[in-house]
Order: sequence, then structure tokens, then C-alpha cells
Amino acid sequence: MKSIPENLVCFNTFEADKPWTYETYRKHGGYDAWDRILKGELSPEQVIEEVKASGLRGRGGAGFPTGLKWSFMPRLQPIQKYLVCNSDESEPGTCHDREVLRKNPHALIEGMAIAAYAMGATIAYNYIRGEFMEEPIPRFELAVKEAYEHKLLGKNIQSSNIDLELHTFVGAGAYICGEETALLESLEGKQGKPRFKPPFPANFGLYGKPTTINNTQSLASVPSIIRNGAKWFKDIGVENSGGTAQFSVSGHIERPGNYELPMGTSFKELLELCGGVLGGAKLKAVIPGGSSVPVMPAETILGCTMDYDSLQKAGSSFGTGAVIVMDETTCMVKVLRRIARFYMAESCGQCTPCREGTGWLYRMLTRIIEGQGELEDLTKLVEIANKIEGHTICALGDAAAWPVQSFLKHFHHEFEYMVNNKGRSIVSIDDEVTV
Amino acid sequence: MKTLSKHAKEKIDLLLERFPEDRQRSAIIGALHIVQHENTGYLTAELMNEVAEYLSIPTMQVYEVATFYSMFNTMPVGRHNVAICTNISCMLRGADEIVDHVEKKLGIKIGDSTADGKIYLKREEECLAACCGAPMMMVDHHYHENLTLDKIDKILGDLD
Ligand SMILES: Cc1cc2nc3c(=O)[nH]c(=O)nc-3n(C[C@H](O)[C@H](O)[C@H](O)COP(=O)(O)O)c2cc1C
Ligand code: FES
Repeated sequence: MKSIPENLVCFNTFEADKPWTYETYRKHGGYDAWDRILKGELSPEQVIEEVKASGLRGRGGAGFPTGLKWSFMPRLQPIQKYLVCNSDESEPGTCHDREVLRKNPHALIEGMAIAAYAMGATIAYNYIRGEFMEEPIPRFELAVKEAYEHKLLGKNIQSSNIDLELHTFVGAGAYICGEETALLESLEGKQGKPRFKPPFPANFGLYGKPTTINNTQSLASVPSIIRNGAKWFKDIGVENSGGTAQFSVSGHIERPGNYELPMGTSFKELLELCGGVLGGAKLKAVIPGGSSVPVMPAETILGCTMDYDSLQKAGSSFGTGAVIVMDETTCMVKVLRRIARFYMAESCGQCTPCREGTGWLYRMLTRIIEGQGELEDLTKLVEIANKIEGHTICALGDAAAWPVQSFLKHFHHEFEYMVNNKGRSIVSIDDEVTV
Repeated sequence: MKTLSKHAKEKIDLLLERFPEDRQRSAIIGALHIVQHENTGYLTAELMNEVAEYLSIPTMQVYEVATFYSMFNTMPVGRHNVAICTNISCMLRGADEIVDHVEKKLGIKIGDSTADGKIYLKREEECLAACCGAPMMMVDHHYHENLTLDKIDKILGDLD
């Protein structure tokens, strides 16, 4: 098998001793793109066209083309505009934004600066989850301080007529604040409850002003696109999935970790790179993009490449690139119940289908595990999920529904077995019943 | 009665500089982090009222925030915060066993504090974005990854 190039974009400083410092970042071509912009060599239009041509898509989960999103901002309107980076990273299985914050914060700062310039935003916030308080946040803030000291941020930066103030905002624990309009509410000092859309943030965002929200990895990928050109980035990946992606590989895997690899790397190659399934066990299933996306049985994902089109065609989604690996000993009913608990706990409670439905799903799954389930519960679970999906203000409802639908579709026999055997799991067939 | 310390006020002032002039509400979350930290890990009604007064905003706006976010405790808790992630990646690597072990060792259930006020075993914790280091827990903001039962005994034993 050909060797796969690693760490081409956001992780390209990682081999250095102190990958997070200004000096290291400079040595890797860091701030070259921003220097060119400060010298007046690139117009905002050129930046947006370049990002569009690179095929970069949002890594926060939805995969929306980044350049296109930037073009929605009323760039020329003479009012305050904001850029907000989403470092709330709370989708279960996902932990690569934390890597960027800890090990290459300057790539994110430069990416935010370029994005803000392209959209005419002069104030930028990085919303970082509160739990990152000890290490990632101080790293990021130190890097911001370095950037100010080197006159890369501030007012009329190096007499370029470009202004940019960049601030950190520390969250306080709430998955829902990763949803972009909930995040804006939180930034305004309120409960993180998603807003109705429209109006979209590009028209009515932070403090009612035009705002664009992008994920950490999306923004940290931008400097290398401007530095090396759109074509360079696009060609790393495959059709409709430009560049690299960071895969957080976790669960039953020999070498869990964050791997930055070209889009379109085959799942088999990824698995091999990570040393295979833990202890050489047989693969049962994989959730390829964070707990919200549909689960895939081993035989399906083994035929896939890791990019937007391939995973979508196979009935799942690229999501956040968080690859959760499960071996043959995994009880799918128990895993689904844990996922269901998460959405119940994290629902903000605004929409009835989500607030009530997520609780019903969790309690029905608990009933099955406690041996009190009925076969008709299995149909009911899917019915409830279907009634949540598409009926809520934000996509948390969909994220709660997809796991239920997909687990029951692909592993129906495990649920059936448990109902018929009063809570005994199919994976404990050979064991004593201990519970 | 506790009052906002001078130090806390200075830190809140620095926070306020990050937001437009009339947007001091944006500083609530940061201000609550500051005062909770000074008050060994939880918020009291007095502290919340004082934050509201200091920011010139209605107390309700502060209560709303304090009760919405999982990092804020509005009831007294032990001074060391132990949060074991039980979400999917950690569960697949044995988080449930870790919870059982810690509960037995401390003689309390998830969500409770030890009688001596030393340790708060945080209510069931969600993914903390360290899934590749599963199983993991956070103790007073510090991430401990790739846990084993031995490692946990040592970590808990070292708390003062
Ligand atoms: C419930 C929920 C949670 C989300 N959590 C995150 C998150 O933690 N980080 C993130 O970047 N995007 C998250 N998103 C997606 C954001 O709403 C938004 O689409 C994204 O930040 C946009 O950036 P991008 O276009 O660069 O991906 C979440 C969405 C939903 C519905
Ligand atoms: S699942 Fe435990 S840190 Fe993500």
C-alpha cells in the first residue's frame, strides 16, 4: 500500500519541539499569507475566490462550502461585522480542535485574520469551551498576545488600513452552544438557545450585526490555502472534498489519535494506519463522523473512502471526522442508550419534540436494557425518532434521531434479542448472565 | 456574607474590555467563572447578586446563565471537582468500570460530594473532547487521559 501523506495542513508544525510558538509557525510559512494581505497584494474578493476554488468545506459538521458562506456577508455595508470561531468542540468522539488550539494556535489566528479581512469584519471572537481552561485556552491566548506583539493584529495593522481585534470567549459547558445561533446567544451572555432562522447570522448575528461562524479546523486550514494556492489544497483531496481532514479515531482501536490525512483516504488505510482494531478483534461497526451521524456496519464502511460523497452514498455522513470504532464485543443497545442519554441531557428544551422525545427514547432504551422491553417498543423508538427529525429549530433534534434510526436499521436483531431475553445482551451469549 | 473581591472585580473589568460598551451582559459567563473559582467551586445567591449589581444587569439574567451551563454549581460542592467522562468513546474503553471504582472508593454516588467536603464527583459528565485518550477524567480543569484504576487511585490520593 502506498504511504499516505500526513499532517499537510493544520498539523504541519506538529513535528517541531514546541509546535505552538510564533517562531515555529513562521518557520513553516506561517503568516506569509497575512503579510501579503497587509501589503495590499490580495483583495477580499481574491481571497474569497481562492477559498471557494479550494473546495474547503466546513468541518463543524455540516460541510457547507466555506468560501460560499463568506460571500453571503454584506461585506461593503458600513456597519460593524463580526467573525466568530467555533471552538466549542463537544460532539462526542471529536477532539481535533483541541489539538489545533494546543499545538498550532497561530494557524487559527492567521485563518481568523484572513477570514475577517475577506468579510470586512473588524472584531473576531473565538468561542472556546470552558473545559479547555487549563491548557488549550492559555495556549491560544498566549499566541494572540504574540500576534499583537508582532503587530499582526490591532488597529490599522502595519499601516495597512486593516483593523482586527481578536478576543477569546470562554464557554461554560453546554453542547448546544456549538450550534451557531446558540453560540451567539451565549456570547451575548444568555442561555444557549438556538434562534429561529431566517434571519441568518450573515444578516442578523452577534448583537444583531452581520456575523459569520466557522469551525476551528475550517479557519485553521485557510492560511495554507492562501499560501500554497487553491489548487494545491483541492488536489490533496477528492471530488467535492478538497484538502485534508482531521480524523479523531477512538474506541476499539490499537492507536487512537488525531490523524490529519487527505480527504478520500480509504477506511481500510485509516484503520491500518491506526494499527487495526484493538487486540486484533473483529470489527463490528463504525460511527464515522461523531455520535450524531448514522452508524455503519463493518462491511459497509470497509468499502468506503473517508470523504463527504462516499460516506453520504453509503447512508451516513462525514460529520466532524470523528471515527468511533466498535469491535464485535460491543453491545449496540447499550451504546445507543448512552448516545440517547447525551441528547436528552443536552437538549435545550425549547422545542417539544426534542425536549420530550429525547427523554422518551432514553427511557424506552433503559426499559429494554432492564428486561422490561416489548417488541413493539422497537417500532415505537423509530417512530419517535422520525417525529423529532426535521421538527425542531436546530439540528440537535436530527442528531438525536439519526443514531436511533440507524442502530435499529442495522442492528435490529440485537435489540430484538434483548427484548426476547429479558435484557440479556446478544454479545454475552457465551457468558454467565451477570448483568 | 461574601463580597466580590478586589481581585475578582479587576478581572471582570478586563473581561468587559472585550465587548462593546453597552454589552456587559456578555461578561456574565466569564464573571461567574471568576467568582466560582474564588469561592472553592460553587456559586451562592449573594455572589450572583453581586455580579449582577457589578455589571448593572438584572439578577435574573445572572441566575439564568448560572443554572443553564454545566460548569456552574449553584449548590455547595466539594472543593475538588472530579468529572469522569462516560460518553461513547470513553464508555467503549471502560468508563463505567471507572465510575464504579471511584464511587466505591469515595463511598459516594455520582453527583455527590464527600462528607469532608474534599471531593465533588460531578454529575454524569459528557464528552470532554479528549476521546483519543479514553478513558479520561478532568480533575479541577486538569485532563487525565488513558486512565487505569491504579492511575486513578494515585490521582485521587494526591488531592489535598
Ligand atoms: C447541536 C449542534 C452542535 C454543534 N456543535 C458544534 C461544535 O462543537 N463545533 C463546531 O464547529 N460546530 C458545531 N456545530 C455546527 C455549527 O452550528 C456550525 O455549522 C459550524 O460551526 C459552522 O462552521 P463551519 O461551516 O466551518 O463548519 C453544531 C451544530 C449543532 C446543531
Ligand atoms: S467520549 Fe470521553 S472525552 Fe470524548
